[in-house]
Amino acid sequence: MIRFLLSRLAVLVPTFLGVTLVAFSFIRLLPGDPLELLAGERGISAERKLELQQQMGFDKPLWQQYFDYLGNLLHGDLGTSFASKKPVLDEFLALFPATVELSLCAILIAVLLGVPLGVIAASKRGSVVDQVIMGGALVGYSMPIFWWGLLLIILFSGTLGWTPVSGRISLMFWVEPVTGFMLIDTLLSDEEGAFLSALQHLILPSIVLATIPLAVIARQTRSAMLEVMGEDYVRTARAKGLSPMRVIGVHALRNALIPVVTTIGLQVGVLLAGAILTETIFSWPGIGKWLVDSITRRDYFVVQGALLLIAGIIMLVNLTVDLLYGLINPRIRS
Amino acid sequence: MATATSVKEAASSRAANERSALREFWFYFSQNKGAVVGLALFILLVVVALLAPLLAPHAPDFQYRENFLTPPVWQEGGSSSFLLGTDAVGRDILSRLIYGARYSLFIGCVVVSIALAGGVILGLVAGYCKGWVDALIMRIMDIILAFPSLLLALVLVAVLGPGLLNAMIAIALVFQPHFVRLTRAAVLAEANREYVVAARVAGSGHLRLMVHTILPNCLAPLIVQATLSFSAAILDAAALGFLGMGAQPPTPEWGTMLAEAREFILRAWWVVTLPGVAILITVLAINLFGDGLRDALDPKLKRS
Amino acid sequence: MNLTNLRIWGLATLLVWSCSTYAAKTLIYCSEGSPEGFDPALYTSGTTFDASSRAIYNRLVEFVHGSTEIEPGLAERWEVSDDGLEYTFHLRHGVKFQKTRFFTPSRDFNADDVLFSLQRQLDPNHPWHQYTPGTSWEYFQGMSMPELLKAVVKVDDYTVKLVLASPQAPMLANLAMDFASIMSKEYADQLAAQGRKEMLNQEPVGTGPFFFVNYQKDAVIRYRAHPNYWAGKQSLDNLIFAITTEASVRLQKLKAGECQILPYPNPADVALIRDDSSLKMPELQGLNVGYLAFNTQQPPFDKPEVRRALSMAINRQAILDAVFQGAGSLAKNPIPPTMWSYNEATPADEYNPEKAKQLLAEAGVSNLEMKVWAMPVQRPYNPNARRMAELIQADFAKIGVKVSIVSYEWGEYLARSKEVDRDGAILMGWTGDNGDPDNFLGVLLSCDGVGGANRAQWCNAEFDALIKKARTLPNQADRAELYKQAQLLFKEQAPWATIAHSVVFMPMSKRVKNFVIDPLGYHRFDGVDIE
Repeated sequence: MIRFLLSRLAVLVPTFLGVTLVAFSFIRLLPGDPLELLAGERGISAERKLELQQQMGFDKPLWQQYFDYLGNLLHGDLGTSFASKKPVLDEFLALFPATVELSLCAILIAVLLGVPLGVIAASKRGSVVDQVIMGGALVGYSMPIFWWGLLLIILFSGTLGWTPVSGRISLMFWVEPVTGFMLIDTLLSDEEGAFLSALQHLILPSIVLATIPLAVIARQTRSAMLEVMGEDYVRTARAKGLSPMRVIGVHALRNALIPVVTTIGLQVGVLLAGAILTETIFSWPGIGKWLVDSITRRDYFVVQGALLLIAGIIMLVNLTVDLLYGLINPRIRS
Repeated sequence: MATATSVKEAASSRAANERSALREFWFYFSQNKGAVVGLALFILLVVVALLAPLLAPHAPDFQYRENFLTPPVWQEGGSSSFLLGTDAVGRDILSRLIYGARYSLFIGCVVVSIALAGGVILGLVAGYCKGWVDALIMRIMDIILAFPSLLLALVLVAVLGPGLLNAMIAIALVFQPHFVRLTRAAVLAEANREYVVAARVAGSGHLRLMVHTILPNCLAPLIVQATLSFSAAILDAAALGFLGMGAQPPTPEWGTMLAEAREFILRAWWVVTLPGVAILITVLAINLFGDGLRDALDPKLKRS
Repeated sequence: MNLTNLRIWGLATLLVWSCSTYAAKTLIYCSEGSPEGFDPALYTSGTTFDASSRAIYNRLVEFVHGSTEIEPGLAERWEVSDDGLEYTFHLRHGVKFQKTRFFTPSRDFNADDVLFSLQRQLDPNHPWHQYTPGTSWEYFQGMSMPELLKAVVKVDDYTVKLVLASPQAPMLANLAMDFASIMSKEYADQLAAQGRKEMLNQEPVGTGPFFFVNYQKDAVIRYRAHPNYWAGKQSLDNLIFAITTEASVRLQKLKAGECQILPYPNPADVALIRDDSSLKMPELQGLNVGYLAFNTQQPPFDKPEVRRALSMAINRQAILDAVFQGAGSLAKNPIPPTMWSYNEATPADEYNPEKAKQLLAEAGVSNLEMKVWAMPVQRPYNPNARRMAELIQADFAKIGVKVSIVSYEWGEYLARSKEVDRDGAILMGWTGDNGDPDNFLGVLLSCDGVGGANRAQWCNAEFDALIKKARTLPNQADRAELYKQAQLLFKEQAPWATIAHSVVFMPMSKRVKNFVIDPLGYHRFDGVDIE
C-alpha cells in the first residue's frame, strides 16, 4: 500500500509543478492589462503605467517572476488581489465553504436520488419505469444547466414564489460566520428560523448543480447493477430462492457500488465547473463567481492562485479516490 | 493464378464479413428505440442545417425595425410571418434557430475532429513508444485533467480572445486527454496480442503497425467517446457563449442567442426559452444515438 | 473580543427585529456588485463608492443631494484668494467619528484628519502612501491632483489651506469627489501601532451617516446609522447591501420583497416595472454621453464634411428603441442636458440618408470601407455596444459605406483605442466625475487628451483655447458662455457623432421614501426612509 501511495505521489509532484506553470503563464498570456482596466475611459499615461508595473514587479523577466512565485508558494503566499488588496488565500478561504456547501448538497441529492433510481431501473429492466427513469436521466445529462437555472428561478421564485431568488440566507438574519457553512452556522447561532431560511436558499441552486451528477450516477448505478446481477454469485443467490429485495439490496448493490463511488469522486471536477455557472446565476458567493469576476478584471494573482487551488483540490480528491479504490480492490495496486 | 484467386476470395470474404458486421450492428442498434429516435432527430437536424437557406423564412441577421420582440404566432400580438417571434432587434427567431443548427453541428464536428485526431496520434505514440515519451504525454494530460474542463476552456478562450473558433480550439484541447487515455489503453492492451506480434515479426514498420494493425482494433471505444464529446462540445460551447466567451453576436449560435436574450427573461420568454430548447433537443438526440451506439458496439452489454 | 462583540450585536439586532414594540427600520439595497475595498481613494468604480465614501465618509465640500452643485460638508465655509491659488477651509466643530467594534474615537474631527486624508495621496514619502500592496491613488492621479495641488497646510486645528499650482475653477468640485473623503487620523495611528495598516481598506471609520458593521464577500454589507452624525441621525436604523450581479435576479428579489430598491434594471424590464402597482420607479437623465468617435487624423475622416455626412446617416431613434429600450434621450451636445452651460441652441442631428449620400459624394468619397469598434462591456452610456454597432452598420450600408465591426477585450480596447493611428471609428462614452463641464470638454476633447482620453484624436486650436480659458475664470456665468461657444464649434466640426444620454432608473418599493437619484451616479441613502 505504501509503495502504491509513493508511486502515486511520484506522478503527482511533476503534475503539480506543471499546474503551477500553467496557472502562472495563462494569466500572463491574457490580452488586456489590469492597469488599463483600472483607469477606465480616462486612460493611463505611459509613465504612470511603467511606474505601477515596477511597483508590482511586472517589469522583471517572466522566468524570474515565475521563480519568485514558486518561492512565495513554498511559504504559503499566493500573492495579493489587485482589487481588494487582500491575500488571495484569505479570500479563497472565506469563499470556499460556500462552494463546498453547495457542492456537498448537490452531491447528496445526486446520490440519494441517483442510486435508488438506478437500482429501480436495473431491477425493472426494460419496463416503462426503467424507460422513464433512463429517459429522464438522459434529459438531465443533456441539460444546458445555465438555462435550466434561469427557468427554475422564473418558475419557482418568480411565478410560484416558493423559493427565495438568490443569496445564502434571508438578510433579516444575522449569523456569525464560524465554520463558513451556513447550515452549521445557523444551527450554532441562537436565531430561530435561520436554519430553515438557509435551507430554503440552498434548494434551487443545489438542484441545478445536482442535475448532471444525478443523471450520471443513476445511469452508472443501473449499468453496474446489471453487470453484477449477471454474475454467478447473484444468480446463485437468486436460485437459492432468496427474496429479490435481498438479492438486490445485499448482494448486488454492495458490489455495484464500487464503480459508483469512483464515479462520485470523478464528479468533483464536474461540480466545480458547474459551480461557475450556478454561482453566477444565483449570486452565490463562492469561488466560481469569484474566479470569473477576477478573469474579467485581470486580477492576476487571484486567477493564478484560484486555478492552482482548484487544481490542487481536484488532484487531492482523485488521489483519495485512487487510494480508496486500491484498498477495496487490491488487484490494481500492482 | 492461384494466389490471385485466393486474394480475391479473401477480399470478398472480408467484404462479406464487414457487411455482416454492419448488419449485426444495425440489428443491435435498432433494438434500442431511443437510439433510433435520436438518430432520426440527428438526421433531421443535419438536413435542416444543410437546407437552412431554403427552410428559413427570413435572413437570420436581417433586422425588421418595425417588429422588435414580436411574440410567437400563437400568442396575442404574434404575427404569422414570424412563427416563433422576433428578438430585440427584430430578427426572426425561427430563422436564427435554423441557421444556429449549422453552428452547433459545425462546433461538434470541428471539436471532435481536432480532439480525435490529436488524441489518437498522441495516444498511439504514448502507448507504442512507452518510456519517457509516454510519461511526458501522460503528465501533460494529467495537468489538463487537473482543471475542471469548463474552467480551463474559459481561461483558454480568455487567452485566445473570445470567438467561436477559439472556443472550439479550447474545448477540443480540454477534451483531448479522454481520447489520449482511451487510445493509449487500447494500444497497451493490443500491443502484445498475437496478431500484432505476428505483424511485427513479418517486418511491418512502426507506422504501419500503429495505424494499420493496432488502431482498427480500438476503434469502438473511440467512436463512442467521439459521440459523447460531440454533444458535450455543443453544451460547452453554449456555456462559453452564455458567459460571453463563445461565438460573438450577431452569430446565430444558440448559446450566444441565449446570452444576448438573458435580459429579456421576464419580458419575452420566447427569446430565452427557444434557444435553450434547441440546445436541449440537439444534445439529447446525440446522446440517445451515442447510447445506442455504445450498446451496439460494446459486446459485454449485448448479452445481459 | 471581536466575537463577543459580534454576538452582542447579533443579539441586539435579533431583539430589535423580533420585538414588535419598536420596529427598527431596515432598508435592503440590491446592489449590482461587490465593492473592491472600503478606502475610496484607492478605487474608481461607482460600486465601491456607494459602499464606502457615500455611506461611511464625508468630504470638505459635498454635492447637494440630487444635483451637481457644491454645498458645505465638513468645511463650514471657505475663501478663495484673488489670484485663485489659495483655498482656505474653515472646518466644522463637534463632528464625531463613528464608534465601531474595532475603534472608539477619543477626539472630534479636526485639521489633522484633513491633512492625513490628502497628504497620504499627495506626498510620496508619507508613511501611508504605500500602506498596502499595490496601493495606487487612481482618481487623485486621474484628476491630475499631484500637478494641480502644491501643498496642504494646517493653519490651526480648524483651518486648512490648499495651495494650487495654477488657478483651477473645477478644484472645489474635485474636493467633493470620493477620493477626497476624510478618514480618521486617530484610527490610522491605531492601526499603524498594531501593524495592521491594511485594515484601513477593510474596516472603515468615517464621519458619515452610516457606520460599517461587516462585509461578507460577494454577499452582503451591513451598516447601522451613526448615532452622533453631525447632520442628525438617519431615520433608517439599518442599511444592508445585498450583492446581486444579475439584473433580472435583482428584479425578482425586489418583487419577492427580498430587497426594497435596486439600481440598473434591464432596459427590457422597465415597462414591466411600470405596470407593477407595488413598485415605483423615478428616473433621471444620467450625467453621461455615448458617442461614435471618428479618428480625425485618419483620411477621409479628417474632413469635417465626411464626418457630418456619416453622422447624418445614423438613425438615432432606432438606436434609442433597440439599444436603450427607450431608456435614453438623443444627444446633440457632448455634455448632458442636466449640466450647467448645456447649449440648447445647438442644432439637432438630422437623419437623412439621401442627403448624407450626396454629401459624401460631394466630398469626393466613394466605396468607403471602415471599421467601427464596439466595446465588449455594458456601460451606463451604452447598454449594448455590439447591438448599436450592428444598427450603425446597417445604416451606413444604406449610403454605400461598408462597415466591419471589431471588438477587443475591454482592457485591450481601452489601450488600443487611445493610439493616434487607430483604424476606424470607435463607440465610446463618458460618465461625469464631478459635474463640471471641463470634466467632459477638457478631458475628452482637448489637445492634451490626444493619444489618451481624446479618442477622436481631435485637436482644434480654437476649441482648445476656449476650454483652457474657461478653466481659469472664477465666475460660473462667464465660463458657461465660453462652453456654449465650444459646443457650437464641436457640432460644426463633428469629431464625434453624438448618440445618446442614458436615463437612470431606480425601481423601488412604494414603501421607500425620499430616495433621490443622483445625477453623478451615486446611490446615497442619507435622508432615505422606509414605512
